[in-house]
Amino acid sequence: MRKSLLGTVLAATAALALAACGSGTSSPSASGGKDFSKVTSAADAGGQDALVAAAKAEGQLNVITLPDKWANYGTIMKAFTAKYGIKINSANPDGSSQDEINAVKQLKGQDRAPDVLDLGQSFAISGAKDGLLAPYKVATWDAIPANAKDADGKWFSDYGGYVSIGYDPAKITTPPTSFKDLLGAEYKNKVAINGNPTQAGAAFAAVYAAALANGGSLDNIQPGLDFFKQLKQAGNFVPVTGSPSTVQSGQTPVLIWWDYLQASSVASQFPSWKVVIPSDATYAAYYSQAINATAPHPAAARLWEEYLYSVEGQNGWLNGAARPIQLDTLVKDGTVDKTALAKLPQAPAGDVKYPTDAQQTAAKAVVSQQWAAATG
Amino acid sequence: MTAPAPSGGRAGLRVGPLAGLLPFALYTAVFLFVPTIAIAIGAFVDPATGGFTLGNLGIAFSGIYAQGFLTSIELSILSAVVPGVLGLVIAYAVQRSGSSGLRRVVSTASGTFANFGGVPLAFLFIATLGSTGLVVGWLKAIGLDPYEHGFSLYTFSGIAIVYLYFQIPLMVLVITPALEGLRPAWREAADNLGASAWQYWRMVGGPVLLPSFLGSLLLLFGGAFSAYATTQALTSGSLAITPIQIGSFLNGNVLSGQENVGKALGLGMIIVISVVMVIYALLQRRASTWLR
Amino acid sequence: MVAVTTPVEIAAARPRRRTPGGWGRRIVLLLAGAYFLVPIYAAGAFAVSGPDGVDALTGIGGKAGFVEAFSLSLSLTLVTTVITLLLMVPTAIWVHLRLPRVMRLFESITILPIVIPPIVLIVGVLDAAPGTLKATPYLLALEYAVLAMPFAYRSLDAGLRAIPLTTLVEASRSLGAGWVATITRVLLPNLRSALLSATVLTVALVLGEYTMASLDQYQTFPVWVVVYQQDDAHVSVAVSVLSLVATWALLMLISLIDTRRLSRARNS
Repeated sequence: MRKSLLGTVLAATAALALAACGSGTSSPSASGGKDFSKVTSAADAGGQDALVAAAKAEGQLNVITLPDKWANYGTIMKAFTAKYGIKINSANPDGSSQDEINAVKQLKGQDRAPDVLDLGQSFAISGAKDGLLAPYKVATWDAIPANAKDADGKWFSDYGGYVSIGYDPAKITTPPTSFKDLLGAEYKNKVAINGNPTQAGAAFAAVYAAALANGGSLDNIQPGLDFFKQLKQAGNFVPVTGSPSTVQSGQTPVLIWWDYLQASSVASQFPSWKVVIPSDATYAAYYSQAINATAPHPAAARLWEEYLYSVEGQNGWLNGAARPIQLDTLVKDGTVDKTALAKLPQAPAGDVKYPTDAQQTAAKAVVSQQWAAATG
Repeated sequence: MTAPAPSGGRAGLRVGPLAGLLPFALYTAVFLFVPTIAIAIGAFVDPATGGFTLGNLGIAFSGIYAQGFLTSIELSILSAVVPGVLGLVIAYAVQRSGSSGLRRVVSTASGTFANFGGVPLAFLFIATLGSTGLVVGWLKAIGLDPYEHGFSLYTFSGIAIVYLYFQIPLMVLVITPALEGLRPAWREAADNLGASAWQYWRMVGGPVLLPSFLGSLLLLFGGAFSAYATTQALTSGSLAITPIQIGSFLNGNVLSGQENVGKALGLGMIIVISVVMVIYALLQRRASTWLR
Repeated sequence: MVAVTTPVEIAAARPRRRTPGGWGRRIVLLLAGAYFLVPIYAAGAFAVSGPDGVDALTGIGGKAGFVEAFSLSLSLTLVTTVITLLLMVPTAIWVHLRLPRVMRLFESITILPIVIPPIVLIVGVLDAAPGTLKATPYLLALEYAVLAMPFAYRSLDAGLRAIPLTTLVEASRSLGAGWVATITRVLLPNLRSALLSATVLTVALVLGEYTMASLDQYQTFPVWVVVYQQDDAHVSVAVSVLSLVATWALLMLISLIDTRRLSRARNS
């Protein structure tokens, strides 16, 4: 009896494993003799048309962590599919940059592995170091500023925005214009950020911005933590993860988040929502695009990047209230979508300084150690 | 088949009976131990060089992470004992009501709620006990705003209240079969001998239930210890507990290249639960002695 | 087994202990009911207060991806429950019967899955699993059986302690029954409550598990709920409340299969 039970269990497991063998594991396909996983530019592929043909032959594209409402990705993906007939499989939209790196490593060699990535810059840098990303330079490579891309083309900035304060004018009578305003009595139990600064990029950026507003610098994030400590002590800070849902429920009438997400995710459902970039802190960050070195659909992946860095793609992001990296070029060339441009929150004057990877790493270490102590 | 071995009479275990554990052993070896070992190994690997290092452990057991372990343990003990007792009381009340319809509703509801957590649960409580929540609104209407008196859903105590939502049902579900083992005949016999309800519980019901009760507490502790998504949504890291810290390393958008510290924290959790299990085993031994 | 009914019947006729106990019981159940139902009501009220109104609750079935996600979850549920019961029931019986010394160790092992956070476990699994297994969603079922282990074992353990196991097995075997007959015809009927409890927990676990499925990139029902939630707060809350109710309904259905209730097992 014992044996038959054991046998049944083993047989069942074996059957499942065999069934699993049936479904696809694949290696990057070579279409028409060309190995697209080694192609480093459209010219290298034999021209845009050759790339399009190869991508269409692959027929699918796997993307990851791209929510529909994030920088207008939903519309961009639909437009891409309509233009090229390539089906897009969108996995784990709620996921994080780390999830993307994990997926690349763990699903290596499988049909389901992500082809293209949209990640935080520090993740792109470490991913490139680990050899996970393929070098590729889009046709409009030169329009991407030098400090916003990897020299070999392993990653390149895509879109970004500023840390902004969004608020419900029905609940806040005097509109906030700066971080300092948030410490006022009117903001009791009202101010939230989008998550845990040791996990969520937008929340980390909020702390960095608060540091700049509070006498700190890109090298010194401590004043940012002090600011949130003050906010907590004044009773103004709501530790809940702010989101369109918490705004709608009235839980977080003031939300510190990326300006493009305030516009596309919050304002779209909460029409009276107002967004302002704080006058005392100008902090912006851009996400990065990258191609998986072992992508199951390498030609489609490269075509996707070409699409994103075409006028259509860049304007697509602009329509999501995000600032595409090639915005200046678009404005200069007059190809920018003027209505979308007009809707962007007023950008502060002057140059924005971005923290270097080293500055960010140091700041993150400080935040990890002190966030709970400051706000707990 | 041979007669069952007399308890306590043998010096060692015979191989034959152990073979009966083979399917289980194989299954857990493949699907539980292999991943666990992968994590344990990862905890000692230096991500930059791939070589052995104690650095991850060093980070994992110091500073805010050590604090995280302490807070997690505190929260888990609280979220094991309180729901344990409440769950027992509720399960007993249900059983004594005698209504099989009620029992069915409660057992299925318990199964559902025991696994309900994460963002949806967080939202349920924000809608109820958040500063603009329904119940808070009722209390404000009678002049008792809890937020004015220092209560906040987003603190240790608030989280503990939220944890009850899945811990109590788990307790109910798991203790009910044990309660059914309390034969009514025993209660009758105790009554006939003149025992009060309290004496019955102290000398008959309690000791019989104790081993199962302790086992359930252990389960509740483990569940509370590893609960993650709900607290994350409600506190955004302002409450330092270990699963959230693991999440920052393994599943985040900020700290890159440090997954192995996350694995070291995971290893830490395994160590903590192992210690708890040793304590549990010692308690069980005392609790079960009279049953032999 | 001869049922001793007479003393019980006499006791049942005695009104003395009913009334005081009855009130305490009712208060407990009322408070418990309030604690669990008020938040659902609050969430439901919020859900229908949005622009979609009640539509937020009723339109779910037609939304994109719902059917696939729910079917995937249902098939995972079935596979997981079968694996869990097949694995744990004979093993639990065996440990209680033949290996009481190993019981402590055994309990410790079965507790382990609950304390390793799913997020850590899935990272370990994806690191270690071979490609062929990773390509199928049933890897999740195999891991869910591991996650269900503590709950299933705890239920079975409580149930097994509550019956005179050795006596039943000895009696059955001495009457000539083989092991399979002993288990299926003598032990399982006496373990009804524990089995139901274990099944209920396993089903609810699979229908509610999000972390591992999302990291393994399969769109099970809970993953679909989170994806779908992005659209609108009212809708997302509506979906959460509905998924709770749907799981509950499914479990009620399963419990109705078990028609002969526990009262028979209690008589001794």
